[in-house]
Amino acid sequence: MVCMKVHLPNSAFLGNIDPFLRNFDNSNTAKLKITANKKWISIHPVVLSMIASLGLTVKSSNIQCEKLEAASKHYLERMGLFRFLNIESEIVIKEHEPAGRFIPLTKIDNSEELTKFITNMIPLLHLESKQAELIKYIVSELVRNVLEHSRSENGAIVSAQYYKKSNTIRIGIVDTGVGIKSTINMSHNAPTDLEAIRLAQIPGITGATRREGGTELNAGAGLFFIRSIAKVNRDFFMVYSGDAMYKLLKSKAGLKRIRLHADPFKDRHSKGEKFPFWQGTIVGIDISLDSTKEFSILLDLIRDTYIKTIRERRKARYRRPRFI
Amino acid sequence: MIEIKLLPIVGSFAENKDLARDIRLKKIIHALEDKQEITLDFDGIDLTTQSFIHALISDLIRKYGIDVLDKLYFKNCNETVTKIINIVVDYMQERE
Repeated sequence: MVCMKVHLPNSAFLGNIDPFLRNFDNSNTAKLKITANKKWISIHPVVLSMIASLGLTVKSSNIQCEKLEAASKHYLERMGLFRFLNIESEIVIKEHEPAGRFIPLTKIDNSEELTKFITNMIPLLHLESKQAELIKYIVSELVRNVLEHSRSENGAIVSAQYYKKSNTIRIGIVDTGVGIKSTINMSHNAPTDLEAIRLAQIPGITGATRREGGTELNAGAGLFFIRSIAKVNRDFFMVYSGDAMYKLLKSKAGLKRIRLHADPFKDRHSKGEKFPFWQGTIVGIDISLDSTKEFSILLDLIRDTYIKTIRERRKARYRRPRFI
Repeated sequence: MIEIKLLPIVGSFAENKDLARDIRLKKIIHALEDKQEITLDFDGIDLTTQSFIHALISDLIRKYGIDVLDKLYFKNCNETVTKIINIVVDYMQERE
């Protein structure tokens, strides 16, 4: 059968997600076949958000999910994957099974739903106020990006999970909209998806205008802030759109002073092109609660980098009269 | 002088840009046109986003110039809110 194929692997987190992304088969967008590792499935919420988003683009009668055998299959049920796909899982959740700290797959279509989601999210994750600040900030900015720019008919698909062993919150936010390249190219000229992903993370660059300072509603700062949060906390951050993927890698431990960069390619990262084409945008982020810095300290670093970047751009544009 | 209490409008996490724009268009600009000074009271606001503050004040700076800050007061801002307001004001002043 020619169809989109997704195989849930033994493990797919931001650090090792590349093989999963490379193997996703999107050859026929009308049908979806889901298979899984037989023994164990341990996946980042961004993978769940991806599959749920795909499910929203395909009729449930055209979704085929093999009978799952892995012991961890209950996790997929708890996160609401089968509800999203509108298919029967035959997985029964027993009352005594621990719920953990997670945000099940949620579709957010508008501003009011986002506000309600954020209000309900923090108690579910049992976060302290300092940690809650960062998570609220990240989710708000990323989901608003989707609502304002993606033109997705399916809104933003969000899920999150707390991992006790690493004391980390992992978040996935996915849309099936126009993608970053289409949005950025409304005002800039990004020849590739990867270049569009790069530009979208540089402070002050927005698809809404070429003017410095942005428009009344957009400054082009959102993704720069989020990447900066991940960098300062030494966490992973991934953006995948079209056929390209950018991943901020963890900063090396032991560095006393972390320096922010306006250009994401100057940070320690991996990137790739010719991935299976994703119509829309995928963002995954980890926030390690052990290393969470005070948000206000982080803002000082962001302010310095932001202003330096604008001054450099202004200097680059400055033209002197030529006297002959 | 008019005072706008933000908490009842936007809640303790000020992130809804649509509300920020409404406050700017329906309250702040009206007051400025009437030659009044405005106090934005952030009492009870624990956190805001750069996007919210941008939607609230950037277009005032764009339209009225940076001198608009002489007529605008930010009251009861915690450290995080203060820093985010400073970032937005900084980059709006640094643009050409």
